[in-house]
Amino acid sequence: MDFSPNPDHELIIEAVDAVCAQFDDPYWSARDENHEFPWEFYDAMAAGGWVGVAIPEQYGGGGQGITEGALVLNRVAASGAAMNGSTALHLTMFGLNPVVRFGNDRLKETFLPRAAAGDLHVAFGVTEPDAGTDTSRIITRATEDGMGGWIINGRKIWTSKALESEVCLLLARTDGEPGEFNGLTLFLVDLDPEFCDITAIPKVGRNAVASCEVAYDDLPVEAWRMVGERGRGFHHILHGLNPERILLSGMACGIGEVALRRATAYANEREVFGRLIGANQAISHPLAKAHMELNAAKTMMMRAAWLYDNGHDCAEYANTAKYLAAEASFFAADQAMQTHGGLGYATEYHVERYWREARLQRLAPVSQEMTLNFIAQKIMGMPRSY
Amino acid sequence: MTDEATELTMNKTRKVPDATRRSSDSKSGRYLGRPAWGETQPEVADSSAMKVVVCVKQIPDPADPGALDPETKTLKRDSKLILDESDSYGVEMALQLVDAAGDGEVHLVSMAPNNEVSGLRTALAMGAASATIVSDDALQGSDALGTAKVLAAAIARQEPDLILAATESSDGYTGTVPEMVAALMDLPSVTFAKSIAIDGGAAKIQRQTEAGYDEVECPLPAVVSVTAGVVEPRYPSFKGIMAAKSKPVDELTIGDLGIDADQVGWAGAGQEIVAIEDAPAREAGEIIEDDGDAHERIVAFLDELKVL
Repeated sequence: MDFSPNPDHELIIEAVDAVCAQFDDPYWSARDENHEFPWEFYDAMAAGGWVGVAIPEQYGGGGQGITEGALVLNRVAASGAAMNGSTALHLTMFGLNPVVRFGNDRLKETFLPRAAAGDLHVAFGVTEPDAGTDTSRIITRATEDGMGGWIINGRKIWTSKALESEVCLLLARTDGEPGEFNGLTLFLVDLDPEFCDITAIPKVGRNAVASCEVAYDDLPVEAWRMVGERGRGFHHILHGLNPERILLSGMACGIGEVALRRATAYANEREVFGRLIGANQAISHPLAKAHMELNAAKTMMMRAAWLYDNGHDCAEYANTAKYLAAEASFFAADQAMQTHGGLGYATEYHVERYWREARLQRLAPVSQEMTLNFIAQKIMGMPRSY
Repeated sequence: MTDEATELTMNKTRKVPDATRRSSDSKSGRYLGRPAWGETQPEVADSSAMKVVVCVKQIPDPADPGALDPETKTLKRDSKLILDESDSYGVEMALQLVDAAGDGEVHLVSMAPNNEVSGLRTALAMGAASATIVSDDALQGSDALGTAKVLAAAIARQEPDLILAATESSDGYTGTVPEMVAALMDLPSVTFAKSIAIDGGAAKIQRQTEAGYDEVECPLPAVVSVTAGVVEPRYPSFKGIMAAKSKPVDELTIGDLGIDADQVGWAGAGQEIVAIEDAPAREAGEIIEDDGDAHERIVAFLDELKVL
């Protein structure tokens, strides 16, 4: 394995850091508190070509891979923007990946250039109220309209950024029975308010980017908006889900990194009982442990990203990276809060925001428990436990 | 321009007197070992293509303070160098001027050890088209004049319409190099520019002053130093960064510029660093505890300083 420094990656990191430095912690606190999408930040990142970094060059993107996408989002999160900043961007990176891989020319030519320019916002609609992790049981249905197109009815939950998005990558059943993975089909649909009812779900954190429930009521979809093959939607969407896990690993690590940076700075300046609190091993050891765990998770993220970008099966490593990053990130954020003592609970120090946002990765996009199930059953060959 | 600036401005228009220029037939190339470039000045008015050279310094990252070398008594420059932030304003202004002209390019000139280009790449990623880096072991220890000789010789090869530089670097702070370059090249020099507009063969420049700004006009080519903070430097985009990797960087030695080793570096320096020591620590301020009379004591303190 080649771990030598990659000059391109160093330049990407430096440049993204420079853009993010304009948007400080108070900016993100205000967006979170007021439930406002960070438009200024999004526009700055789009202008720099960072939103479209993983879209092929022929469509105006940066032509990079999930590796570079993960690095960009890692630095965004590590700037203090955390999930509020990184999830403003990440849907374009992984959500359109199935379109890049399997979409017809018209789909690609219509939507990818606008996405590369940052002008097209995309949502990702898979999860349903009665089918969380069990994607085979989604009941959103696309039926033929008799004129070559489709009519979609159903309900999706946790559709991030649905309020800001023009289109949504939507998984719906066209054929087969509940419980079957075949028969699901992927569409890039318009979130037309005439046929879509979007409601934000009040939640603990990451409030600058709303997570929504979306009801589709007789949404008409033209035939060319089908992504890939009819009935193969689940297989296509894996090219969204695995990259999503890799990107989230980068974002989670970034939150851990900024939390740790604040904790270390505080440990080095706060004096209690006549000495710096960092001189106490009860403070320094957990932070050192968090540092190592974040490093390990990030290394796993890079391995998973390398596998994906080089066309290998990455499921084991993408899931491993996301699991480890979620644990490391939350541990780091929690220890950062602990290091700050009572002030860690005050919004002024920002670690409470990191803590709230780091918690999310242990639940989404897949719970830690389901990741363990996957590794135990699919990788290690133990019996199915659920 | 803010309203305050409008009120403050002296708003006077004056020409940089011709006397500030040496006559174009003087032997301006005498330091350079090259023919005087002033003899073939391009006619800007005849062509919309505008070539702007920006002098950029690559300095140790201020976020990671460099150390002084006790032997040479100079700043260690062997680590990665970055674009001096004060030069990013000149780069931005140059890019804007070329944009406004509709045609042309920005060329960077830098002098640094070991053909260091990491700072230049940042400016190339912002949009500069090409660069010259002058590196030579003989340049170590160069003072401001030695540096100016090298920059002037490297700039002359480009035959630019305009030369921009920061008013001063963020590590050396001599604030004299741009004017020396102008003198060596026999070109007009305008300092502390806050805005530049090109009008035919002349530049209309607003010079920042303590009271506001002066409006001055000078013929091109000219050397103009740009005040930090007067424009918003663009952030390198992803495509800019990738494009910068393949932009041409001309690596030169002093031999290529026709400069003798004894004119630059320690040998040519008109200064000698005899000793270095830490700056004295700042004295602790006086803390006034408020026992009800704090305001009186603060007024008395300020009175004593004669600032009230």
